Amino acid sequence: MRLLTHNMLSSNIKGVTKGFPLKIEVEKVVEKQVEINHDFLRNIFPKVDWKAFSDAARTMGYVELPEQAPDPSVLESDLDFLTKFHHALLELHLEEGALVCPETGRKFPVNKGIPNMLLHEDEV
Amino acid sequence: MILYLTLQNSSRPSHTLKLPRVAVAPAAGVDRMSSRPELQAPPEIFYDDVEARKYTSSSRIAEIQTKLSERALELLALPDDGVPRLLLDIGCGSGLSGETITENGHQWIGLDISESMLNVALQNEVEGDLLLGDMGQGLGLRPGVIDGAISISAVQWLCNADKSSHEPRLRLKAFFGSLYRCLARGARAVLQVYPENLAQRELILSYAMRSGFAGGVVVDYPHSTKKRKEYLVLTCGPPSLSSAVPSGKGKEGESCSDDESSGDEENQTVCISDRHRPRKKQKVNKKGKGREWVLRKKDQMRRKGNVVPPDTKYTARKRKARF
Repeated sequence: MRLLTHNMLSSNIKGVTKGFPLKIEVEKVVEKQVEINHDFLRNIFPKVDWKAFSDAARTMGYVELPEQAPDPSVLESDLDFLTKFHHALLELHLEEGALVCPETGRKFPVNKGIPNMLLHEDEV
Repeated sequence: MILYLTLQNSSRPSHTLKLPRVAVAPAAGVDRMSSRPELQAPPEIFYDDVEARKYTSSSRIAEIQTKLSERALELLALPDDGVPRLLLDIGCGSGLSGETITENGHQWIGLDISESMLNVALQNEVEGDLLLGDMGQGLGLRPGVIDGAISISAVQWLCNADKSSHEPRLRLKAFFGSLYRCLARGARAVLQVYPENLAQRELILSYAMRSGFAGGVVVDYPHSTKKRKEYLVLTCGPPSLSSAVPSGKGKEGESCSDDESSGDEENQTVCISDRHRPRKKQKVNKKGKGREWVLRKKDQMRRKGNVVPPDTKYTARKRKARF
């Protein structure tokens, strides 16, 4: 699972009002090379919750991202930033570990890069 | 992602399912039951390792799924500006539809309830992210982040109650509600479905509308039983110009069918008024049925989506006497 997906996921348990962001428990991280596409990064940037994103990247061991959301203008010119953004968003994969609901502490296990988001009957 | 096979029962391992399988509406016919996997077992059980392997080994399945995905992407009508979007693939299965999305240059997140199918997707090294989840429990996604959603042959599974806790209406509501929330305003969702009957189609559509979606059903090749495919084309947000439902394939030439029905009407009235009339006279005279009849028949076959040779000056020409 990439951080792109992590940034879009929220806990879906019944009664949970703030299910975002899910905390990451890391067991294994892998990196896969992906071709960079600036248009995609510019398109997705406004939708990314920066605080959750940079925190998640830090948990995964990538500390190059600024803590505060940068001004959207850097997307036009700063190639160095785009490369880092791309790397954290699309190339870091959480292979093994878990996602933890911030409100209830319920763990969603991640196996072979696939988070198990299935809820129990009493959570629907 | 599922596919309807007529010959799949023989190789199925027998799942003894103790739960009663309740369909929302009565099944259309017993003969079609065999080709409806959702009437046999819940998706996470039906798509076991054996069934999942079919998706890597059968080129026919792959071809059909790819065609459906391509058409779904076409109906999604993403702006043609070369910018990759973030799409959602609901019921992604082994990732055949996802590969079509990747080929079109977009990023995607796939959701499926069957672990075996997702394992096949992993083996195929698909480029999107995979989630193990149940669409009937609602999609756990942040609001307004997804640029479009496609789903190939998955939504009709929601109409079945596979567990005692399952209530199809609530599951449809949870699914469409969460889908509406996670889509960006103006984004589209194209869901290819195989509804069992009219009631099921209306049920699915009514829950989509109730969640706030605008749109409707696009039917490709409506005249053909085999090639007929239905797509729910839903637009997020208030109805606008962009939410007009596109037209299906293989529909042109509707005026022709009108002509036929008006021709039949004449015969019908005769039938009722005069029972002792001689048996239906065939309009065959010495000249045969004639060019007009052949052209009409060819047109009919074309509308069904069959391959028909073009009309030329030789079409329905008269043979010489020695034939």
